Amino acid sequence: MESRKEDARRMVSVTINGEMRQGLAEPRTLLAYFIRETLGLTGTHVGCDTTSCGACTVLFDGEPVKSCTVLAVQADQHQIDTVEGLETDNVLHPLQQAFWDNHGLQCGFCTPGMLMTSVALLQKNPHPTESEIRHGISGNLCRCTGYVNIVKAITDASHKMQKEPAEV
Amino acid sequence: MAIEATETRPLGKAIKRKEDPRLVRGQGRYLDDIVLPGMLYMALARSPYAHARIKEIRLDQAYQVPGVKAILTGADLEKMNLSWMPTLAGDRQMVLATGKVLFQYQEVAAVVAESRAAAEDAVQLIEIDYEPLAPVVDPYAALKADAPLLREDRDQKDNHIFHWEVGDRKATDDALASSPVVVKEFIRMPRVHPAPVEPCGCIADYQKATGKLTWYVTSQAPHAHRTVLALVSGLPEHMIHVISPDIGGGFGNKVPVYPGYVCSVVMSLQLGRPVKWVETRTENIATTNFARDYHMTAEIGATQEGIVTALKVATIADHGAFDAAADPSKFPAGLFSIVTGSYDFPVAFAEVDGVYTNKAPGGVAYRCSFRVTEASYLIERVMNTLALKLNLDPAEIRRRNFIRSEQFPYQSPLGWTYDSGNYDATLNEALKLVDYEQLRKQQAERRAGGELVGIGISTFTEIVGAGPSNTFDILGIKMFDSCEIRIHPTGKAIARLGTRHQGQGHETTFAQVIADELGMTAADVLIEEGDTDTAPYGLGTYASRSTPTAGGAAALAARRIRQKAIQIAAHLLEVSPDDVEWNGEKFAAKGLESRAVGMSEVALAAYTNLPEGMEPGLEATYYYDPPNLTFPNGAYVAMVAIDRGTGEVKVERFVAVDDCGTVINPMVVDGQVHGGLTEGFGIAFMQEIAYDEDGNNLAPNFMEYLVPTAVEAPHWETGRTVTPSPHHPIGAKGVGESPNVGSPAAFVNAVVDALSPYGVTNVEIPLFPWKVWNVLKELGLTQ
Ligand code: FES
Ligand code: FES
Repeated sequence: MESRKEDARRMVSVTINGEMRQGLAEPRTLLAYFIRETLGLTGTHVGCDTTSCGACTVLFDGEPVKSCTVLAVQADQHQIDTVEGLETDNVLHPLQQAFWDNHGLQCGFCTPGMLMTSVALLQKNPHPTESEIRHGISGNLCRCTGYVNIVKAITDASHKMQKEPAEV
Repeated sequence: MAIEATETRPLGKAIKRKEDPRLVRGQGRYLDDIVLPGMLYMALARSPYAHARIKEIRLDQAYQVPGVKAILTGADLEKMNLSWMPTLAGDRQMVLATGKVLFQYQEVAAVVAESRAAAEDAVQLIEIDYEPLAPVVDPYAALKADAPLLREDRDQKDNHIFHWEVGDRKATDDALASSPVVVKEFIRMPRVHPAPVEPCGCIADYQKATGKLTWYVTSQAPHAHRTVLALVSGLPEHMIHVISPDIGGGFGNKVPVYPGYVCSVVMSLQLGRPVKWVETRTENIATTNFARDYHMTAEIGATQEGIVTALKVATIADHGAFDAAADPSKFPAGLFSIVTGSYDFPVAFAEVDGVYTNKAPGGVAYRCSFRVTEASYLIERVMNTLALKLNLDPAEIRRRNFIRSEQFPYQSPLGWTYDSGNYDATLNEALKLVDYEQLRKQQAERRAGGELVGIGISTFTEIVGAGPSNTFDILGIKMFDSCEIRIHPTGKAIARLGTRHQGQGHETTFAQVIADELGMTAADVLIEEGDTDTAPYGLGTYASRSTPTAGGAAALAARRIRQKAIQIAAHLLEVSPDDVEWNGEKFAAKGLESRAVGMSEVALAAYTNLPEGMEPGLEATYYYDPPNLTFPNGAYVAMVAIDRGTGEVKVERFVAVDDCGTVINPMVVDGQVHGGLTEGFGIAFMQEIAYDEDGNNLAPNFMEYLVPTAVEAPHWETGRTVTPSPHHPIGAKGVGESPNVGSPAAFVNAVVDALSPYGVTNVEIPLFPWKVWNVLKELGLTQ
């Protein structure tokens, strides 16, 4: 009780989607809520309380993490990338475009997390097999699509990114 | 490959979805994304016990948490006459518990605070003394004479909720008694939860100065929710504005009204500030509406040749602590009477008894048109048992008993008039796609090599699109749906419907329907749903009803536009209206094909250059009361292999051929089928909300409640036959739920097929590896 009464908040500075932003966070504030509520970027979603669904996936210094399981204070002085940063100059990222072209989303709630996981997957493995894709996205739940078209979309994007390396 | 929305004649084409550009950018606007000035947050205190008397609630500690604004208990609500609310099933449900709690995680108190964290801190500090009571978890035990009485609020002093029956009991008994072959099977569909990735939530924003309540809510049925709220709260209905923003999946979970919704409205009314409540995943799975929990016994009578003579079904339906089923009023067991399925039973009888237990209340129609999944699972499973008994191929037993295409419209023994179907064609297409003969050969070879390989078939018929107003209502409101179209002067349009999509793609598919009727492109038609101040009244999106009801309304509203447009076109073409013809894209002067005007010219004229005396503008509204339901069908074939070492079942092939009548967008239909099959797979193999004997929920989150990931989900192969609905304006039937309804039986029939050489006729879902392994062990088949 006592500690709650004091203002234990700390200033947290992050480079998010290339932009330097800062805000106050309680020691217990989760990164997902810091991104959504303090920084106002609501593309990162929260779908569970057990680190299971992956809707909150962002890149933390380039690595995919579930931002509901990272404290905001841990992100201080680090680089975060969210779905909002994928587009460049009004051109969709090849993965965003491929999800659209291949009907890789329905309600769209899992999509931002799914996209960020896929970005990291293709960075590590530019030509994944179907099985590698399925394992790669197994930390992201989708209740709508049955994954078939998500797998298709990631495959499609991997081909296009190979052809147009400038966009990677 | 998908086609751009600027394509002409869009009906039936794989138009890329119009909703996607915002959703792939993370620019959807879901409930928890909405932040209002001065907004407060609500959290709920919940019961750790399944059945207990509340002795005392102490709030002083909780009130000490900085930022706490108010705490609400059942006693406070009682003073407002709001401690109970009506359910859609005609029962009532506690909003905040008074007297005793009836299920684990039941809502006991609500805290509103300046932040989410403060509200949660205060919930931890609410002290509640309970006196635990004996819980009743098993529905059969609940019906025993000495079972503890759960619902003390009712006049009826037992745990029985309702008895419902349909069909001819005597004729069915007689037919069974004289049938040379009778098979009987007990089939359980365990409790599951729809668990969309976005949980439920709302923001109640009551403005004292205007007296208006704006209620943002994850609602599949915003108009119905407005009416229910008006009835419960006493607020005038025109002062309630329901906004259902982008929804992160529903599957039936977002149809009912939940206690958290009512509490946030009450709190906003009291505090005059917006109050947000968003449930956690645990709250979602443990308290908002579950599905199934149907315990069914079926008997089928047949001749030696396998021609069915009678079907008799008795079911115990576990509704938990309150009957919170979201069924049409006259149907306490939903549309379970579709249980005769695709087969021509001369007589049938079905009865369902609803029971209270100390479990979370429900049940909702999870990606299903009100208990149709239970019915389909049952009949498809027991037909399989009949085939085994008679040593007939499962495809052959079905062929011998199908309702033949010349029998449509077909009158079923349990009272439905099936609209259309060509069941042989659908089955043949599936058998062809999967190469059934070859598959059986492979199976024989692999069996000879010691493998456990099975093939399962399901040929189901659904009943969707509730529904015709003579039969279907919810709390008295007829289950029509609606569409309003306005054509702007430059030939672009906005259309609003009474439904609310949650991923089904209405922003694209309804634009296709309207554009196709009006010679426009889907890009030219903006679809808007979910705002009750602007959209016409409708009953919402669930039970695969959007296309059968609102889809019909969209086509008919467009045709109304055309009726006026033809007058304007005649004026522009300087001919009489009788001499104007609609050629599918334009209005043309008869015999003078080159003289034609399209919707954009007509639209401009409707505001600038009208025939003498005509009312300006170009818009129409249609409230469509469908003359009948629609009856989509499908034929699914699964091939599985069972690992003797682990009991794991691998789905090696799955072919799904659906017949949903006219297809609006084949890409969207395939997407719906993929998603539904994956949920059906989850139900067959992974998903179960189990309780221990004390009534503790054993799977209240995604750690224990297992839904398929991309690794478990099989690869799906889809196909189609098209038998249009004769009564629907464009012949469409609806498809969102078919794969979830039809697939569980195909999986289980395949597993039974693998084990049938060892005498197995039934296995209970979900088929966790350990359960299958236990069966193998008993049969001496483990490795
Ligand atoms: S919200 Fe982070 S994993 Fe579900
Ligand atoms: S698109 Fe709805 S959860 Fe994935």
